[in-house]
Amino acid sequence: MSDGTLAALSRRLAAREISSVELVAETLDRIDAHQKALNAFVTVDRDGALAQAKAADAARAKGAAGPLAGIPIAHKDVLMTAGLPTTCGSRMLADFVAPYDAHVVEGLKRAGTVLVGKTNMDEFAMGSSNETSYFGPVRNPWDLDRVPGGSSGGSAAAVAARLVPAATGTDTGGSIRQPASLTGICGLKPTYGVASRYGLIAFASSLDTPGPFAQTAEDCALMMNAMAGHDPRDSTSLDRPVEDYTRRLSRSKGARPLEGLRVGLPREYFGKGNDTEVAAAVQAAVAEFVDLGARTVEVGLPAVDLSVPVYYGIAPAAASSNLSRFDGVRYGHRAARYDDLNDMYRKTRAEGFGAEVKRRILVGTYVLSHGYYDAYYVKAQQVRRLIADDYARAWRECDILVGPTAPSPAFRFGDKTDDPVQMYLNDIYTIAANLTGAPAISIPCGFTRAGLPIGLQIQGDYFSEAAILDVAHRYQQATDWHARVPRIAAAE
Amino acid sequence: MTLTLDQVRRIAHLARIEIDASEADAVHAKLESIFEMINRLQAVDTQGVVPMSHAQDVSLPMREDAVSETDRRADYQRVAPAVEDGLYLVPRVVE
Repeated sequence: MSDGTLAALSRRLAAREISSVELVAETLDRIDAHQKALNAFVTVDRDGALAQAKAADAARAKGAAGPLAGIPIAHKDVLMTAGLPTTCGSRMLADFVAPYDAHVVEGLKRAGTVLVGKTNMDEFAMGSSNETSYFGPVRNPWDLDRVPGGSSGGSAAAVAARLVPAATGTDTGGSIRQPASLTGICGLKPTYGVASRYGLIAFASSLDTPGPFAQTAEDCALMMNAMAGHDPRDSTSLDRPVEDYTRRLSRSKGARPLEGLRVGLPREYFGKGNDTEVAAAVQAAVAEFVDLGARTVEVGLPAVDLSVPVYYGIAPAAASSNLSRFDGVRYGHRAARYDDLNDMYRKTRAEGFGAEVKRRILVGTYVLSHGYYDAYYVKAQQVRRLIADDYARAWRECDILVGPTAPSPAFRFGDKTDDPVQMYLNDIYTIAANLTGAPAISIPCGFTRAGLPIGLQIQGDYFSEAAILDVAHRYQQATDWHARVPRIAAAE
Repeated sequence: MTLTLDQVRRIAHLARIEIDASEADAVHAKLESIFEMINRLQAVDTQGVVPMSHAQDVSLPMREDAVSETDRRADYQRVAPAVEDGLYLVPRVVE
């Protein structure tokens, strides 16, 4: 029962075929059954979830329930959840209990969702494989010897294994889209500023973006309706009219629903760097778009090749500043032994942070230090502008941009851990949307012969979430890649 | 621009992260490879390009200068490593 899409479960709850208490109880059992193999969760809140489910059933009985009421979801452990541990995948916050809810957590609570637990993640959202978590790696439901992607790997694995119909993630350089791609589900990074960062433990403030994971584009739209919205507590939250992200999905459009759509194919996304099976699956998806009425246009985004070096000139600088708050004084880990205040800081941070987090703090400290600021940080921001200019030119020729989300399918544990630069290059196609702030989604578009999912990235101009979701939805009505389930989730 | 081991020690000090002698060389090697990658930017002509510091070119909003926070000191100090009488405790810095 609990492995249905969010929309399907919502219809069954509305029809009183099932209750939220039944649904949530089954969900909790499935989470327990898969926790040892997948390690997708850091915290499971059984009692809290069942109490919320009861409240949701009561609200529904009174006729006061929206489409998300009673639906079990999970939050990435970077989002603050009042009264529950919020660890950020770090020893630094291993015992931290959040004193308040993040804005997106509040929104989903108001919509009546039932929070079943917090998902595992790369430490402080820094990683593309979930191997940097203090709580051990999350495993990919499609192949337990492979990574689920990162940094929101726990949320992605939980949705892919059908443990929850939807979950939240955050995306700073691809941390929603890349794990969605590697686990065969949908993950949307909205326009920067559409969903508030309040209560999202900061990594790189000008890039961090909360967004949903789900089985389908339609479900992502339902989640977005509860996650978006203006929040004065985040000074970069945008004050714009409330949108219904599902509004385009139900329109009947006939056999060629994408008629007139101009699909941009960036040359830089179709180079030699792609795995051949990934390239073939993406080409087949493009052909499907054409069958649905779209026409393709080749575009150039020449500066996009520099998005990884730009990102590493900017994001670690922000991280070195944001993570300076973890000093053992107000919250989090404090070293047991130290000589004086400075020694307390140094030992607390040496013990509390893992190797990748320390590496990025050091890179950022150097980038911002006297004599190097112009050469690295300002230079990176200038090239960031060139990348945004490339996109602005592309939008004159096309409505969406399509390409692979990641150059390869899920890789094996340990494959890239010794070489940080190789790990960083896995985000080569996703980082640009963070740098520009525009929305992008990853949806499943095929499988390798070995049975690993392949993701298609659809990017749009600012505030085009509803349009991107519509395109993804039309593709999903004509294909069934999104409905494929990993064997471990089906064998029950 | 290559990064020296001394510079690594210097930035570790600035970042208040203790790096012991046994790990310094390994940290140094990984940082060097990261900077080698970032250094690709140096070849780009950015003469006259305005740095893009943010995803949206909007100015920060202003709000009324009014009290909006409630007193939640007890809640926030509950998660602190060491407090006394509402104060955070740290090692003595002034003798």
